[in-house]
Amino acid sequence: MSDMPATTAAAPVEAPPRRKFPAIARLRDLALVPAIVAVAIVGFIVNPVFLQSDNIINVLQSMSEISIVVLAETIVLISGKMDLSLESTFGLAPGIAAWLIVDPSVTHGLGLHVVPPALAVPVVLLAGALIGAFNGLLIVRFGLNGFIVTLGMLIVLRGLLTGISGGKTFFALPSSMTYLGSATWFGVPASIWISLLLFAAGIVVLGYTRPGRALYAIGGNADAARAAGIRTDRVLWLTLIAASTLAALAGLLISGRLASVAAAQGNGAIFQVFAAAVIGGVSLNGGRGTVFGAFTGVLLLFMIINVLTLAGVPAQWTNFLNGAVILVALVVSRITGGKAQT
Amino acid sequence: MSTAGQDPRDGPAGAGRPVVVAAGITKRFGSTLALAGAGITVRAGEIHALVGRNGAGKSTLVGILTGLQAPDEGTVAFDGRPAPPLSDREAWRQLVACVYQKSTIIPALTVSENLFLNRQARGPGRLIRWPAVRREAERLLATWGVDVDVRQPAAMLSVQQRQFVEIARALSLGARFIILDEPTAQLDAAGIQRLFQRVRDLRAQGVTVLFISHHLQEVYDICDQVTVFRDARHILSAPVRRLSRAGLIAAMTGEEVTMPEAVRRPSAAEASVVLSVRGLVTRSGAELSLQAIAGEIVGIAGGGGSGKVEVAEAIVGLARPVAGAVTLGGRRLRPGSVADAIEAGIGLVPEDRHRQGLVPQLSIAENVTMSVPHRVRRYGFIVPSRRDAFARRTISDLAIKASGPHVPVSDLSGGNQQKVVMGRALAGNPKLLVLIAPTAGIDVRSKQTLLDVVDEVRSRGTTVLVISDELDDLRICDRVLVMFRGRVVSEQAHGWSDNDLVAAMEGVDLRHV
Repeated sequence: MSDMPATTAAAPVEAPPRRKFPAIARLRDLALVPAIVAVAIVGFIVNPVFLQSDNIINVLQSMSEISIVVLAETIVLISGKMDLSLESTFGLAPGIAAWLIVDPSVTHGLGLHVVPPALAVPVVLLAGALIGAFNGLLIVRFGLNGFIVTLGMLIVLRGLLTGISGGKTFFALPSSMTYLGSATWFGVPASIWISLLLFAAGIVVLGYTRPGRALYAIGGNADAARAAGIRTDRVLWLTLIAASTLAALAGLLISGRLASVAAAQGNGAIFQVFAAAVIGGVSLNGGRGTVFGAFTGVLLLFMIINVLTLAGVPAQWTNFLNGAVILVALVVSRITGGKAQT
Repeated sequence: MSTAGQDPRDGPAGAGRPVVVAAGITKRFGSTLALAGAGITVRAGEIHALVGRNGAGKSTLVGILTGLQAPDEGTVAFDGRPAPPLSDREAWRQLVACVYQKSTIIPALTVSENLFLNRQARGPGRLIRWPAVRREAERLLATWGVDVDVRQPAAMLSVQQRQFVEIARALSLGARFIILDEPTAQLDAAGIQRLFQRVRDLRAQGVTVLFISHHLQEVYDICDQVTVFRDARHILSAPVRRLSRAGLIAAMTGEEVTMPEAVRRPSAAEASVVLSVRGLVTRSGAELSLQAIAGEIVGIAGGGGSGKVEVAEAIVGLARPVAGAVTLGGRRLRPGSVADAIEAGIGLVPEDRHRQGLVPQLSIAENVTMSVPHRVRRYGFIVPSRRDAFARRTISDLAIKASGPHVPVSDLSGGNQQKVVMGRALAGNPKLLVLIAPTAGIDVRSKQTLLDVVDEVRSRGTTVLVISDELDDLRICDRVLVMFRGRVVSEQAHGWSDNDLVAAMEGVDLRHV
């Protein structure tokens, strides 16, 4: 503790140390890049297929939906909150659209006449936004603990999807719902484009706009943010709405890819989402982390899973290895980051 | 009682036009009267001290002067114009700025971003232009002579640098009247001097300062004018040089207060050696050897970075020393073990009461008995009635202002919280009491109570170590070891002069200059 004043005590007397801090934040951002390169090399040695464009597209597509949820969780975490319910929104939002549209003679839907199929996408996004707004009502307006509120919401929303679907899977989805998840643009699946574009937008918004920087300020010190004239409640509310809308979009993409909405869609995904964000350097205490870092986190996670698949590891071991990968990645980032993970 | 705006002013300090006039301010919070018809007049270019004990209404007045609270009665005027409505934050920020005790810096963000939070320079597409933000930040800090790399995260700033950055930010909003709310509470002696130099520079540049403090010495060191509040009322406003120290204390407390001094100096023949520290070396490289006898108060003085806190923490087991041995009453303590130190009979008042001293949500009773469960236990279970009885004794012994043992310590004022910490240190009837900065940030009356208690404890034969750079704390010591850069550089017997001690703490030897 009292070493600190000692160093400063010397500073004004002697020549003050200047220009000693290269953009540390940016270096931290790239902390996982060596690990990603290493995994790529190992993957290539394990199986040369790994670096072929087909496989790379495969990895990017398999992570595209979850990565959007990671993006959503990242902005919530940076603002100092938590949203566990994203995984349920991921399943429920497309589930509601399917329920309203799908012909009941085929599956558990309400029927064709409730909502025209053309409105499927807006309905999905609206459902996400409403869930986010409700989270915001409880967390921001009523000041309830975000962890518990979204844990409750996770269970409620999951139960709602099970209820409306009767525990079954919606299929025979209208083409408006399957288009984004199954289309190919310029030879690459649309979901990859969408996820990459959203991350690019996230990098710009959180790095270069006042509302984006406000998230960091609120997560770092809410009182100070308020004192600087930031309308913290409004920003938090909008953040929760944006996050849930992103999760709904991600759910739409995976429903489109699989051409169905399972009652368990997204079940348990939130753990992987948190792991990817934390590995990518996002702090659970708020105010720290970047969108790019979160992207490297989710990329590293899915690359390792892909390498294991290529190495012929039996699928029954996937969960064990997933967990182990998360722990190893945390240890590695603790060592390279040099600071206790928070 | 209130004499705001009526007292005759003369001399240079009182000559300026009034920057802010608050008159007849009354403010209630529920049943508590926080301010009763109080007022203050601060004139351009002066450094105006606002002093008073905890609960005198200083914080409430700051809230009203910064537009965070509206007075129930009374008026506030800036430069002769009535204050803007509370909702107009922008207007307030251009009139007055406050540097609070609590940091309003966001640690993870860079210094430059902190300076321009929510008003970053923007280019096309409303995107932030970071190079421009950095240049503006560098220019701003250069204007006010703050030498800090704006690209580093604010978490890397020292307390002092953070204050300078906050002051610069406040001034950049256009305000030329700033309120410094107990700015010296977390600074060491050298840091305070640098802060004062900066405040004097600001005055020279035409900035008006309202300086809130507990420490009377600071008022005399730097302020032109002083206003005293007591029990929600304005007591007096006067030029500092016309007010004697005793008069100022009397105004603050309503009565004369004298700080205790060492009275009895037991000689080695009277008592046996209780504490023996041999060749102690801390991880930071500070060294200490000392012997203390029963009933002796030994001071360890030094500035920040002198190593005084590190050696104290090594003695009590909070930190593991690299070398050396501590023996208490013939028993050699296990290095780095607080449990062993407590068992051997050490009571500790740690440096940071919020972090190491208290569990704020728990009651006084629980905090006080935390380290002595065996004394409030029967058949292995804590007995609440015993615990409360124990706490009631502590409350009366230490004159803690609280309605009972069940009050959470977070509801107490800083001075009373520190008394609870002291109560816990004394709970085990320690052989050795180690006090690290025991009176930091507490009001003059609580300080007096605490120092009186220390004197009483020593009369019962307890050895006391006082680690501090506060002269008032050290005055009760039989002798003071002065540390500088990790070494004991001098030993001052009781009766030392302030100048000698301060000079030794600063590493200056007056006799050889």
